[in-house]
Amino acid sequence: MAFENDDKAKDYWQENLKLVLILLSVWFFCSYVLGILLVEQLNQFKFMGFELGFWIAQQGAMYVFVALIFVYVHKSNALDKKYNVHED
Amino acid sequence: MDLQTLTYIIVGLTFVLYIGIAIWSKAGSTKEFYVAGGGVHPVVNGMATAADWMSAASFISLAGIVSFVGYDGSVYLMGWTGGYVLLALCMAPYLRKFGKFTVPDFIGDRYYSQAARTVAVVCAIFICFTYIAGQMRGVGVVFSRFLEVDVETGVFIGMFVVFFYAVLGGMKGITYTQVAQYCVMIFAFMVPAVFISIMMTGHIFPQLGFGSQLIDAAGNSSGVYLLDKLDGLSTELGFNQYTSGVKSTIDVFAITAALMVGTAGLPHVIVRFFTVPKVKDARSSAGWALVFIAIMYTTIPALAAFSRVNMIETINGPEQTGVAYDTAPEWIKNWQKTGLITWDDKNDDGKMFYANDARNEMKIDRDIMVLATPEIADLPAWVIALVAAGGMAAALSTSAGLLLVISTSVSHDLLKKNLMPNISDKKELMFARLAAAIGIIIAGWFGINPPGFVAAVVALAFGLAACSLFPAIIMGIFSKTMNKEGAIAGMVSGLTFTVAYIAYFKFINPEMNNADHWLFGISPEGIGIIGMLVNFGVAILVCKVTTKIPNDVVLMVEAIRFPKGAGDAQDH
Repeated sequence: MAFENDDKAKDYWQENLKLVLILLSVWFFCSYVLGILLVEQLNQFKFMGFELGFWIAQQGAMYVFVALIFVYVHKSNALDKKYNVHED
Repeated sequence: MDLQTLTYIIVGLTFVLYIGIAIWSKAGSTKEFYVAGGGVHPVVNGMATAADWMSAASFISLAGIVSFVGYDGSVYLMGWTGGYVLLALCMAPYLRKFGKFTVPDFIGDRYYSQAARTVAVVCAIFICFTYIAGQMRGVGVVFSRFLEVDVETGVFIGMFVVFFYAVLGGMKGITYTQVAQYCVMIFAFMVPAVFISIMMTGHIFPQLGFGSQLIDAAGNSSGVYLLDKLDGLSTELGFNQYTSGVKSTIDVFAITAALMVGTAGLPHVIVRFFTVPKVKDARSSAGWALVFIAIMYTTIPALAAFSRVNMIETINGPEQTGVAYDTAPEWIKNWQKTGLITWDDKNDDGKMFYANDARNEMKIDRDIMVLATPEIADLPAWVIALVAAGGMAAALSTSAGLLLVISTSVSHDLLKKNLMPNISDKKELMFARLAAAIGIIIAGWFGINPPGFVAAVVALAFGLAACSLFPAIIMGIFSKTMNKEGAIAGMVSGLTFTVAYIAYFKFINPEMNNADHWLFGISPEGIGIIGMLVNFGVAILVCKVTTKIPNDVVLMVEAIRFPKGAGDAQDH
């Protein structure tokens, strides 16, 4: 067992799940809610020369996806260190 | 030097480069053949993954599709990038910790069952063949347009090149070739896009030009935004408004979801994350892959809008009265020869006109949008040659990645793990190469005799990945109780449902393929997401009423959930 005890293993997994769920809700919100469900409403707003909803669906969502993965990389590496289960 | 000679030289040079890399990085063991020895740097792996993922369809067709459907094209843009978030957060690090070679390996071991492994092998092989048929066709199209050889000859040349470096180099050769192919591909895609953006809006970055005002030939702003102009033109000509779609919201939702989940379940993408040295690298590698993909995918909608405006203005003229055919630019006549543009002068005025109503006289195949862009924008010949090389790189890199999955599935999952467990490493490597060779021949045959249903089966490939492999992998990682009965029942029922639905609307009753008959208004392209829910539902129900999973499997699941101890990928 790489963890000091079972409680630590449980805590690590809980924290990991929480991180993943938070990031996935941002993922869902930007693509499905803003880019698809609310696109008509958001299109009433202008963003540069774009209608906002259209921009989110064809540009914005993709930038958010990239950012989400790197946030995850950073946070999960920190989590591994905290529980001392990182690779050498 | 004329265009054709130039194209031969540039395409020829890239081929020499790919083969050279293959010879330099020849695989010596099955581990090198399957996962490149597990020593690929995450940024390099990300670049290779991007090349692996972006196929002839992404390079040649996607901008054309977006250009013709506007907002509705977002399903592909978001669907094919959003899947990487799922891959990075929910799959890549755990599968890397698991430390074996293939997706069926994971499913077979996690569900302690040869039956589960076999179902996964069948899915993997089917998905890959579906895909590869389209790639070989892409090679053929590029050859026939730019090198003016038969589609058949084009496919043969493509087969030979892929054969050489995939069969010889295995994953190791493919990885480094794909890096080269990514560079060729992205350069070839960006150069025309940047040129056309500067020409139309004065912006170097197409992503910014996309939302800017058009400029005239002297460089003065016209005060009209590109997208407003496009919306205006579209409505005037009887098309729907570019920035809003015609698909129902639920269908857009379902297709996007099916493509995202399908992406995360595609075996040739997943297997790339087995090749990095550490779990932490698997995470960042997915991020880098998405960066490299996003460079192209955020440019695609911009290019789509630019070339749409450009094309309409070239054909209809700035006054929207039509342009006389005699004065039409050369590219229209070039593409007419291939049959991808046709002009039928209905009102006998000698002028071309493009619209979505009775006034229309043109038929324009959307596949030409990217390939014709340099000609439409009147760019120098070397740019056109470069685009040909880029299209080829896109098709070859994806074909090679797919072939590798096919050959691994046969030699490793089917022979070594099922039929011939005592086979030596050397023999297994031989069978892997043999399977790749046979795979190429079958793919080539599909390229020369394309089944009329290629477009239909691509939907099937994503649907299958979404409804079978994805749920099985997710439950394998995030549930400690899911047993083999549940997983197999889930995969089989998800598959049956999805295949039946797609087959019904695409092959049995194509005339009923419209929103009135669809389940919840979801088209066959998006049904994989319902198939996924069926899979999860059935698996959980069956799991509740069958036996508990063995203790050693529980320990295995616990072990893949944290990175420590993953340093050495297991030999087999």
